[in-house]
Amino acid sequence: MPETPEPDHQQAGQPDPGSSSHWTARLESHGVRVTRGPASGGPVRRARDDRLFGGVAAGLAKRTGFSVGLIRVIFIIAIVLSTGYLAMAYVLAWLLIPAEDADGNIGTKALADKRGIVLAAALASVLVVALVIASALNAPWVTSLAVPIIACAAGLVLIWRNAPEEELEYLRSLADPAGMTETAPRSRRVLRIVAAGVLLVIGLWLLLEGHDRFALLKPLAGVILLVGGIALAFGPWWLRIALEAAAERRARIRAEERAEMASRVHDSVLQTLALIQRRAGDQQQVVKLARAQERELRAWLFDGRPPGSMEGQAGTVADGVRLIQQEVEAQHGITVDAVTVGDCELDDDLSALLAAAREATVNAAKWSGADVVSVFAEVEPEAVSLFVRDRGRGFDPAAVPADRKGLAESIRARMARRGGSATVRSTPGQGTEVSLVMPRAAADRQPRRP
Amino acid sequence: MTSPRPATASSAPGGKTRVFLVDDHGMFRAGVRSELAGAVDIVGEAADVVPAIAQISDSLPEVVLLDVHLPGGGGQDVVAAVKAQHPDVKFLALSASDAPEDVIAVIRAGARGYVTKTISGTELITAIGRVAAGDAVFSPRLAGFVLDAFASGAGADVDRLSFDPELDQLTAREREVLRLIARGYTYREVAKELFISVKTVESHVSSVLRKLQLSTRHQLTRWAAERRLT
Repeated sequence: MPETPEPDHQQAGQPDPGSSSHWTARLESHGVRVTRGPASGGPVRRARDDRLFGGVAAGLAKRTGFSVGLIRVIFIIAIVLSTGYLAMAYVLAWLLIPAEDADGNIGTKALADKRGIVLAAALASVLVVALVIASALNAPWVTSLAVPIIACAAGLVLIWRNAPEEELEYLRSLADPAGMTETAPRSRRVLRIVAAGVLLVIGLWLLLEGHDRFALLKPLAGVILLVGGIALAFGPWWLRIALEAAAERRARIRAEERAEMASRVHDSVLQTLALIQRRAGDQQQVVKLARAQERELRAWLFDGRPPGSMEGQAGTVADGVRLIQQEVEAQHGITVDAVTVGDCELDDDLSALLAAAREATVNAAKWSGADVVSVFAEVEPEAVSLFVRDRGRGFDPAAVPADRKGLAESIRARMARRGGSATVRSTPGQGTEVSLVMPRAAADRQPRRP
Repeated sequence: MTSPRPATASSAPGGKTRVFLVDDHGMFRAGVRSELAGAVDIVGEAADVVPAIAQISDSLPEVVLLDVHLPGGGGQDVVAAVKAQHPDVKFLALSASDAPEDVIAVIRAGARGYVTKTISGTELITAIGRVAAGDAVFSPRLAGFVLDAFASGAGADVDRLSFDPELDQLTAREREVLRLIARGYTYREVAKELFISVKTVESHVSSVLRKLQLSTRHQLTRWAAERRLT
């Protein structure tokens, strides 16, 4: 890791002498930090709220007072003019400059991440392959492109593995639109495939352009042989690294599952115990709490249904609706107009109804664009009906892609599994209403009366 | 927005509805004032029960926008006192979030409707117009309260003898209308959904209001008492 404080790299793409001297002045005032070596990024901090990738440009903008847009444009021009080499500087800055209100930078952590360094080194071996191809094809432009791209990729690997959780979250959301994950909408995946196809075609055209087809055959065959040889030599190593990365990912998932389980036990059982202690005097309440908790634990242990946070806190339909209201209002900043008529205790069927209702409410809050979502629940002797309505933009239910899980899986299937039904009525421009009906189990049909 | 008025509560010269505001939050009164500016004629405002009764009796507005909770008592005290002398003044309860029994109490005292403070300016103006015209205004929440009040204990027939079946039960149609209102439908949407006219919806709602105010049904009071417990 270079000892030079990072912003020097930035100055190359950001030719402003005034800010440079200003910067050194600030640097001196922060003398203590500079002596900390590579860990100190000087006073420039990667911005958190305005970032596009690492927040370097936004951080510089904050530091210098120029607009982010201007700095980004300068970056892009500089990167293009330098045929990509400046992108390396960006990645380096990302590694070396600490984020706002973060203690250290990612680079320091990356130094301790042996596996990450090996992965980055593996990418370097890809670079070797690329260089060999370049020389075989006598195409120096491949070299000039491959070096920065691979160096950036290596840097990004280190960032990906060592960035703090908050930043990772953001990076994932960045990667998502590109269709990396299964949940990305189909249109994005199509877009990605089309883009890849276009790139491939252009690449092939560039290769074949100006060459006699047969003249190219020999070097191409040579390249293929070379690649084959290299793959034989390096292949097992690459494979092992990939496998180890996968194993490590599984281990991490297991650790996350454990943590989630701990938090669920905390949210449900421990929370209920605390409530029971506080309400020890109120026998009825204690019994109610204990019963609800018992039901929830049983459902979790024997039916494998993880306790939703709701079930720990809500004993009845009205409680559940209120909880949905509070949650959605808090999380999505809209108003939920909730009305409940009648009430009864929750059983598994009705919990499923509420879970579907929550999904519908969250959907309305997220997608409809309306400020108010109405939730109406009515408990009748035979069934509980629940309506979630918004006056937002609406959609054409027939045009929803089959792979959209929210509506199909979380609402319809969830209701159907328990013998209930869900209907969606939506008119583009006028809003959406999701109607849910869940028949009540015979045992629960007495109205809840003291 | 106006309608034929009795002599005691006449419209402003410009034909705008004369409105009086009762709410203990000055900020809220100012907000409502600015939202209603131009659409209605605000003839006065008060922050508590006693001054409200005096000033309403003086200015005789068509519609009083009334907070359910006031420092010196419930909104129903204002309704009862004013109604005793000036039965033509109409009340629309307006409040943030209240226990059902308080809302029902204000309605039973004689308010023509109940809306929540989350209502938009235009909706509030429509609601005021509706109340001024003698119709009832049911917000989703009030519709829910009423359905609840009339549904509860329907199976328990202990006090069947004590009530008038006419007043103590909602018709199937009234229930349907209330359900749709509780689901967030406007009167117009309810009308469209049930293939009836808006006027019919209004008459159903008014009839529900009448039942709510006149019913001596035991359940209504018992329901409120239960609610207070839980």
